[in-house]
Formats: sequence, C-alpha cells, structure tokens
Amino acid sequence: MSKFRMHLLVCGGTGCRASESNLILESLKRELEEKGLSSEVQVIMTGCFGFCEKGPVVKVMPDNTFYVHVKPEDAGIIVAEHVIKGRPVQRLLYVDPKSKEQVPDSKHMGFYRKQIRIALRNCGFINPENIDEYIARDGYASLGKCISELTPADVIDIIKKSGLRGRGGAGFPTGLKWEIASKNKADQKYVVCNADEGDPGAFMDRSVLEGDPHSVLEAMTICGYAIGASKGLIYIRAEYPLAIHRLKIALKQSKEYGLLGKNIFGTDFNFDIELRYGAGAFVCGEETALISSMEGRRGEPTNKPPFPAEKGFFGKPSNVNNVETFANIPVIISKGWEWFSSIGTEKSKGTKVFALAGKINNVGLIEVPMGTTLREIIFEIGGGIKNGKKFKAVQTGGPSGGCLTEKHLDTPIDFDNLVAAGSMMGSGGMIVMDEDDCMVSIAKFFLAFTVEESCGKCAPCRVGNKRLLELLTHITKGNGTMADIDRLKNMCNVIKDTSLCGLGQTSPNPVLSTINNFMDEYVAHVTEKRCPAGSCRELMKYSIIVDKCVGCTACARGCPVNAISGERKGPHFIDQEKCIKCGACFEKCKFGAVLIK
Amino acid sequence: MATCGIASGAKQTMDFFVEELDKRGIGAVVTQTGCMGYCYAEPTVEVQLPGQESVVFGYVDRKKADEIIEKYIKNGELVEGIIPVNYEKID
Repeated sequence: MSKFRMHLLVCGGTGCRASESNLILESLKRELEEKGLSSEVQVIMTGCFGFCEKGPVVKVMPDNTFYVHVKPEDAGIIVAEHVIKGRPVQRLLYVDPKSKEQVPDSKHMGFYRKQIRIALRNCGFINPENIDEYIARDGYASLGKCISELTPADVIDIIKKSGLRGRGGAGFPTGLKWEIASKNKADQKYVVCNADEGDPGAFMDRSVLEGDPHSVLEAMTICGYAIGASKGLIYIRAEYPLAIHRLKIALKQSKEYGLLGKNIFGTDFNFDIELRYGAGAFVCGEETALISSMEGRRGEPTNKPPFPAEKGFFGKPSNVNNVETFANIPVIISKGWEWFSSIGTEKSKGTKVFALAGKINNVGLIEVPMGTTLREIIFEIGGGIKNGKKFKAVQTGGPSGGCLTEKHLDTPIDFDNLVAAGSMMGSGGMIVMDEDDCMVSIAKFFLAFTVEESCGKCAPCRVGNKRLLELLTHITKGNGTMADIDRLKNMCNVIKDTSLCGLGQTSPNPVLSTINNFMDEYVAHVTEKRCPAGSCRELMKYSIIVDKCVGCTACARGCPVNAISGERKGPHFIDQEKCIKCGACFEKCKFGAVLIK
Repeated sequence: MATCGIASGAKQTMDFFVEELDKRGIGAVVTQTGCMGYCYAEPTVEVQLPGQESVVFGYVDRKKADEIIEKYIKNGELVEGIIPVNYEKID
C-alpha cells in the first residue's frame, strides 16, 4: 500500500545530530530530487538508534541495511548505488568487531544484543488489562508445566541452576532462598512479592506491574507450588495507583480463568494472592520491616536470623522476592535454565532492568545482559549526557549505593563488580550526573533522604545519619575543616558497622564513595571555601566589575537585602557581609557586570 | 499507557486515535499497553500496518497523531519521530 518503495531513515538522536546528521538528511533529499526519485523514496529523520558511537547512522528500509559513520558527502553514493542500482555501499556497512566481517542486515548486528528484554518481554507489547493477550504470548504455560510435569524439587532445581539472583539489590540466589523456604515445615507458608520500590529515580518494578502484571502473578504461583505455600501477598505502595489498578484487574481475571484459587489446572494445588498496601516508607523495602508492616505493625526491621524463610509473616515461613525477580521466573521455566545461564557474567546471570534518570538524553527503562559496561549504557543506549555536557558520575543503587565515575565506565556491571567499585546494584536506579553537579551536595541529598526515611529504631542510623547530614551541610556552607572530613569517614564506618538493617548499613555509602572518588571537591569546599561545580550557593561570591557597571541601579533596586550601594551613573558595590547570594543582581544586570565566583 | 505515558498525555492521544480512525472510516484496533521504555519520548504509539514491520512513534500529541493517520496509516508515508527498536526480543 505504500507509495514509496524505499525509506531512508536518518538518525536524529542528539549524538548523530551533533555529527551533522541533519546535513545528511538534506543531502539525501537533494540527491533524490535531482535524480527525480522524490516520489519513490522517502527520507525521514528518526529518534536515537542507541548506536551513537558509530553515528551518524542511516538505515535503509525495507532492506534493513545499516550504514555507520555516514558523512553528508556520502549521500551521492548511497543514492547512486543503493537506491538506483540496489547495491549496498560496502564501505559504509557496519563491521562486526569480533568476526571483522561486514554486516549487511541490521537484524544480524550485535548491537541489538546490547538490550535483551526478559523481565520486560511483554511491557509495551500486550494490553496489561487483558489476560488473553498474556496467554497468547505463552503466559501461564510455565505454571502449567510446573504443576503438571515437574515436582516442587524440580522447579527449585531449575531456578537454582539458572543462577538467578534477587533483583531487589542484595543479589541473594533465588533458588537457594526457595529451597530454604521449602525445607521449613509449617501448616501455612507465604509467598511475598516486594513491590515497595523506594529508591529515588527508580521505576522498574512499577513499569513491570503496570505493563505485565500477570507475569508476576504466574511466578508467585510457581513459587507457591515450589515451596509449598498456598497464599501470596503483594506488598505495594499506595502511591502506585495505576499498578494497583492493573494488579486488581489481573487478579480478578486469573481467578475467573481458574489460574488462581482452588484446584489450579485440575490438581489439588491451591494458591491465592492478596494485595497489601504500604504507606511509602523506604525502610519497608527491607524484608523484615515489610513483614511487620503487613502484619499491621510499625514498619520496623527485626534482627536476622530468624530469616523470613524460617519465621516470616505471622511467624510462618515466608519467601520474599522482588517484582523483577519474579518477572524472570516464567521465562526460565519455559526456555530452560541452560538458556538463562548462558546470558550474563560468571556469577551474575541473566539481565538487569535499569531506570535511566538524571542528566541523560534517553531517560527511560532499559534491560541489558549482566556484564554490560556503564559506557554502553550511558553513551549508547542512553544517548549520552544532556546538552553535550561532560559526564561526571552515575549513582547506582539509590541512597544505599555509591557513585561510579569515569574510571568505572568500562567495568562490566554485575553484582560483584559494583560492590568492588564501592557501589551496589541496588534495585536498578541509575542517576546520571554531569559536570554541573556538586558531589558534596549529591551526598547531602541522598543523606537527607535516608535521614527522613530512617525508622528510628536503632541509634546509629537515627542519630548518626543526622550528624552526618549536619557535617555535610556545614561543609557546603563553607564552615568545614579538614578534620570534618576525617570525622565524616569515621562516623560513616561506625554507622555501617553498627546499624540494625540494610538501610543504616548502607546509608553512608553515598558519602564514602563521593569522598573516595571526589576528595578534591571536598578539599576545595573546606580549604578554599569554593564549590568547583558552582552549585553550592553559600560558597559563591558575587561582585561587580567596575569597568562594566554603567550605574543604572537595576541591581541595587533588585537586591532584596539592600546589599548594593553606589551613585546613579557611577559604579556599584556589593557588601559581602549583607549579601545572601540570591543571584537577583546577576539576573537584573543587562551589562554582564555582575561576576559570580 | 504506563504512568510515564499517561502523565505526558497518552490518554488524550489514545482517545484521539479511537475517535478519528472511526470518523475517517479506517478499520483499526486501538489498544493500550505498558511502558516501552522510551519514557523520554512519551506519549509513544506503535503502529502495525498489515504485513509490515511495526513502527514506533514518539512525542505523539494530537497534531502528530493526525499526521500519522493521514500520512502513515493512509499512505504508508513515514513521518518524523520514529523511535528505532534497539533491543532484542526473546521469542
């Protein structure tokens, strides 16, 4: 039906645009015009291909030919050779880095493998409110296979061999967790889904629940079968109304289809799932606090052991897994543990979903095999840093993680490498920072979050974090000393060692990792009373360049504290004692006479 | 139509497609789905023409939706704002 026989897609992502992809577009259009082909071949600019390193890229449809490093002057040969004669331009083809061979068809290009969608396999494909669409994509087939063909021990064995590790942050082997829960004997056991996603900038679990709720329900039922539980609970924060809405629909539909409830698949296996709402406290993502909250008590953690697998919800053995962990289960059953364990690194199998946020062009969700480097994630899939600024750091693991810097860009990401680099996997939030971000302020931001979210049960976390925040504030105001930096470090280590739960044990990480990676910034704040990124307001100094000042009095009139004095038509001055560094004078001055240092 | 899409106006876009395709006499199924991951370009719309590879468009407001119907759906003429698929599917 198309009136065009061919389409030339020119990448218009930020990276390719910077390399003149708009000129390529124009040249191609001009060439086609000259050859009288404008009505047969259409040239179109697209969004980012996620292949910025090889940009600018041009894709020819329907051939799927993928040209890399295209220059505006290549337009002539593309039109003359490919469009008219139907021969791909060999020298512009992508060369596979491993085989050193040219790849004529983009479907065989390795870069598609930069992202593999396992947990997100149905997100964006199916209607999440229609169980038939899930079933049409082999949904609930894995559950059927487990219940009718496999014993609970078989299921646990498959999950163990797959090498799946918990996606909530700590990376505990899921199969082992299930095995422990299955071995504990009790009249009632529970499967709990931890959907209390709390890291700032993380939205992976929300997207899975909104886009593919049945995969989580199916996996929980499989888990119930494996460990011998007949009840499932999803602990989800009430601030995810759409996810709750879709979960409710999904629960209703699967009950109608007999996939939840009594005698599932005509066997004597019973399983039912209920929702439990959280009020949005960060600490409730910790499994013992989560269980307390579900029991109707305050969301406070308890000592481990006993682990939830021994004594969990109302004292019964409970298996707690994260949303993304569950979303992987049905695929592992259907495609086999051998397939799953072939993806990823030696100790971290499969893929990980990351939520890209911050100063990055392609904010969004990505799913990459374990072992992908930060460089690939940020500069290729993520499309690079916003506004062409310089990359400075990326915070992984939210308030419990740490920052990774330029020197970590080529580290393959997996659970163990991130810990070795001083951060952690966390649930998968990635906040990208550029040269304008002050690392002391970033540490302060995350610490302010944990101070607010500390449950207050143990003193190191309740009191220690508060003191840490005070010290950091002290430094960003220009009142710090070198001794304060040492004090920070000592206190961080004490809090880490003595806190009861994961929240306190990890809350000093942002401080420690910024000290380790950006000591020079701390020193500049303390000794020179200067913020190298220019973001700490109290450390900025406003002054007026006498030669540029024309004496219009605009700044003096705009100053809220009357800190600026001077005669009309004569140079003005800022009284540093009175100045509150609000920046009003800078904005008012039309002559660029206000200097910020 | 995940939270990111709805916050960017996906509901209005969907309503527009449902009403306008009907008005313009084009038989098509319009359905909602979850997050495709391109949160920066929401609302996103995937168009599947019979016998062709589907195409994802980003930043689809009413104006863009109108363009998609008139140019792509009616004539098979691509419009700007395509988001190329950059991942591998598992099936």
